Amino acid sequence: MDAIRENLPLLAQGIGTTIALTVLGYAFALILGTVLAVARVSPIPPLRGAATVYVEIFRNIPLLSLLILIAFGLPDVGLLLPYFWCGVLGLTLSSAAFVCENVRSGINTVPVGHAEAARSIGLGFFGTLRFVVLPQAFRSMVQPLVNVFIGTVIGSALCSAIAVQEVTWVTQTLNIRYAQAVLMFMIAGAVYLLLSLGGAALGGVIERAVAPGGKDRSSGRAALDVTAGAQA
Amino acid sequence: MSATAGSSTATQVLFDAPGPKGRRRILLLSILSVVLIAALLAGALWQFHANGQLDPNKWVVYLRADYLAFLGHGLWGTLKVTALAAVIAFPFGLLLALARLSRFLLLRSVAVTWIEFFRGIPMLLVVYAFLLALPAFGVTFPRFWMLVIPMILVSSATTAEVFRAGIRAVDIGQHEAADAIGLSRRDSLVYVVLPQAVRLVLPSLILALVTLLKDSTLGYVVSYNELQFQGKTLVSITRYLVQTYLVVSVIYIVINLLLTRIALSLDARMKARAAAS
Repeated sequence: MDAIRENLPLLAQGIGTTIALTVLGYAFALILGTVLAVARVSPIPPLRGAATVYVEIFRNIPLLSLLILIAFGLPDVGLLLPYFWCGVLGLTLSSAAFVCENVRSGINTVPVGHAEAARSIGLGFFGTLRFVVLPQAFRSMVQPLVNVFIGTVIGSALCSAIAVQEVTWVTQTLNIRYAQAVLMFMIAGAVYLLLSLGGAALGGVIERAVAPGGKDRSSGRAALDVTAGAQA
Repeated sequence: MSATAGSSTATQVLFDAPGPKGRRRILLLSILSVVLIAALLAGALWQFHANGQLDPNKWVVYLRADYLAFLGHGLWGTLKVTALAAVIAFPFGLLLALARLSRFLLLRSVAVTWIEFFRGIPMLLVVYAFLLALPAFGVTFPRFWMLVIPMILVSSATTAEVFRAGIRAVDIGQHEAADAIGLSRRDSLVYVVLPQAVRLVLPSLILALVTLLKDSTLGYVVSYNELQFQGKTLVSITRYLVQTYLVVSVIYIVINLLLTRIALSLDARMKARAAAS
């Protein structure tokens, strides 16, 4: 236990860094992913194409490869970023691709008639999206977006490979110094479990809050939706 | 429904076929966005050029037979690890899903704990446990297994959820029909429900392969000769960091893109068949 007591500030800092990586990466991913999804359903072909290429690249590149490229590759092309922000950038770029796919398949669940009705009362592309389609699409997006959040939590651990001093990095370092492996991994594991299960619980609350009643209908199918994708 | 058909329905949802004025505006915005995208790409290329990273000498080395063979060896390692992990993890995931749906509370809670635990912690932590914690108790594994076992543990939990969704997506009438002709609970599961469920989740399982392939990059951490680690070694020889890791990343993207395509077309074919019947 001494290993913990003597290094409480370091541990707290590591946990804080993990939370900061996750929250920043996820928040930026939500913004970027939604913008990409709007581009993918827009009537402008080059934007649709660019967003598609983006998704295909960042959904299929391993996060570790991406982080290494950003952290160790960018300096070679003259862009210096602190490692923490390299981590945030990598998590954002990767998670945004999954957010985009989830938002897009969420938009696809909205009945065409609703959008036609919106257009017939004179709403344009953004009006239809903002007032009619997205609010409804959001309901079916909650669970998939929770999965993206868990993916971001788990992905943040990989930032230790690019020398970001988050909780995996701290516990691993302390383990080497104190040889208290089990204790250290229990701490790190508990942090991640709390974050991901907490995120899932919060998602459940949000889902119930926005559900119109027939929420069970989609729960089994949503997990089967191929376009929603699996994240790592 | 294919990916492209999917986006066109979304497109239909959001806007009418544009009139002459709309078409002009779309054309204008298209030109504008092409210019913007081209400017971004040009900026990136300029950044590469200004720092001497476009030097052809730094790129043609990847056409050398020995370097290609070196990376090829890594690719072979990646594919081997991924295939082995999948072959063990997928049936294991199915068993976990069945345990989670079982009538026995104990079996159910073990499965739930296992699934939630391995879905909620990073695989890197599991890898470190095998690399650093277990040796403290005198348990050591070869590097190959230090990568494969964590992949199996994590993938079994995620595929268990895939199988569970598949089992629940089989129409309840199928259960009832199996009951009606007098099949036992076990027989109706084995002969009626599971064959349909496994077919339903086939596309998702291919995507689970993509995840496994991405996870295999953690060989970089345990120094197992997979693609990412071979790239790291190559960097220490050539010093061409950006080039090496870009080549490695492109290989991953191409393989995963192919797998994703297969999954989507399989999904499309199954949905088309379901719609036809």
